[in-house]
Amino acid sequence: MTALLSLDGVGKQFGSTEVLRSVTMELGEHQVMSLIGPSGCGKSTLLRCVNALEPIDAGVIRIAGERVSGPGVDLNRLRREVGIVFQSYNLFPHMTVLDNITLAPRRVLGWSRAEAEATAEQLLRRIGLWDKAREYPDRLSGGQQQRAAIARALAMGPRLLLLDEITSALDPELVGEVLSIVRELAAEGMTMVLATHEMTFARDVSDIVCFLADGSICESGPPDVVLRDPQQERTQAFLRRILQAQRI
Amino acid sequence: MTVTKAGHSDQPQRAPGPAAAAPASGGSPAALPGRQPWPYLALLIPPTGIPAVRKHLAARRAARTGDSFAARALAAEAATWSWYSAALAFTLLLVAFAVLFLTANDHAVIQKFFNPGVLRSSAPAVLRGFLVNVELFLIAEVLVLPWALFVACLRMLPGPASRPIRALGIGYVDLFRGLPAVVAIYLIAFGFPIAGLPVLGSMTGFELCVLALVLIYGAYVSEVFRAGLQSVHWSQAAAARSLGLSYVQTLRHVIAPQAIRRMIPPLLNDFIGLQKDTALVSFVGLLDAFNQSRIVASNEFNLSAVTGVGIAFVLITIPTARLVDRLTARDARRRQGSLA
Repeated sequence: MTALLSLDGVGKQFGSTEVLRSVTMELGEHQVMSLIGPSGCGKSTLLRCVNALEPIDAGVIRIAGERVSGPGVDLNRLRREVGIVFQSYNLFPHMTVLDNITLAPRRVLGWSRAEAEATAEQLLRRIGLWDKAREYPDRLSGGQQQRAAIARALAMGPRLLLLDEITSALDPELVGEVLSIVRELAAEGMTMVLATHEMTFARDVSDIVCFLADGSICESGPPDVVLRDPQQERTQAFLRRILQAQRI
Repeated sequence: MTVTKAGHSDQPQRAPGPAAAAPASGGSPAALPGRQPWPYLALLIPPTGIPAVRKHLAARRAARTGDSFAARALAAEAATWSWYSAALAFTLLLVAFAVLFLTANDHAVIQKFFNPGVLRSSAPAVLRGFLVNVELFLIAEVLVLPWALFVACLRMLPGPASRPIRALGIGYVDLFRGLPAVVAIYLIAFGFPIAGLPVLGSMTGFELCVLALVLIYGAYVSEVFRAGLQSVHWSQAAAARSLGLSYVQTLRHVIAPQAIRRMIPPLLNDFIGLQKDTALVSFVGLLDAFNQSRIVASNEFNLSAVTGVGIAFVLITIPTARLVDRLTARDARRRQGSLA
């Protein structure tokens, strides 16, 4: 069986800086991959490239065997299959939570308002935000906004969900409510790639952990190996720093 | 002089900083209760002066009985009332100057600027002229919107291929923002007919003036559009595109609705400018309100008709100005997040 997501020698440059160097990886359906690594190592860029928000300069990205990078690709179709949730939520501030969620299904998939709202209601009830459906995003807490953003991405029924440090902008006491949704999604078999700094969570939820450094994959494997018994010196140093920071 | 009996000599009871700079006409900075004579000056403005003095006296009494806490509170109140007096005194002073100006030289200013007889007799002609101004700015405002949007789009075309088109847009905006409006109107309304251009040369003076105003204000308004669209953070576009919305859908459902709210106040500001600048067409011979009033002014040797035009222009821009204020305030509230 072909992998749902595969990257083959993906490279990306911003001007003269190389942010991704020959990244190669595979992710099967129903698997969860965590990208860890120091700030600026290319985690976010990698996710943005998979969703074609950034064009890549080298290599190929495939989804279910189909090339989705390079010229001549139907980006709008790709993005229907791949959802992304951002660190800063990026909800549309001029729309209610409900409209945020129904916009894309209605405009892109051509659903009727009633159909889209039925799906949205289901999603919102599930994440416990149905009572906030008619509110505008700025009336919600950060955690609620991020949950709504996840619902917005899920409303398109993506096969692959990208989560870009979705708890980094949250107050510590709000992190749990967002992560528990991700945990549920993983349990249901949603294929996900998440960039994260929450090591414990990464260990619990993922099938593969990738440690990125300077734009390339330094070490990858099952979480028990990469997070508990890392082979690479840079991984060890990174995890040591994280542990120290947590102790403080 | 005396230290308060409460014995807080180490803590002179001064009001907060700015009060110390109170103008003499206003009153007390309410330092040590029982020492400052200034509140009595506030009596020049009785409605606020009387409370000022009463609070001041009460503060002194409180200080004498040793209740320094109440004394400070009362002194602060006395200072507030003194400030009211100072502000009122200042305002009255300026009003008095204005009245003096209007009545000086045996009411010369009132006679020459606000002569009721001339105002009344010139009103029909001036109002007829003003209709020309209103027509000019209404038509120009309607035409400016699509034209400016078009120019803004030219300037925002992406990619290296559209570089010459973008340059053209920049050149146009630079030219018509830099050119004085009166010069542009003069050149277009007089120049096109003289040059005998096809179509353009056979347009009426009114039409050429509309054209000139649209070209001038199109440059300003296109910048308002451009700035508005670019003020929406790129992450909004990223979020919309990531959901599969096309470029045009993103613009229509996500970027434009957010941008328009921010564009309306500066847009209305430009419209106020446009309304006023319609008076410039009198320089190319159009019989607008200003031109009509100038005829009256030279016949009567009295400027009241021109004042009347001024009043008409001010009155017609006030609703727009208030609307801008309200929208700006609403925007500020929204940014603070107190309004959804």
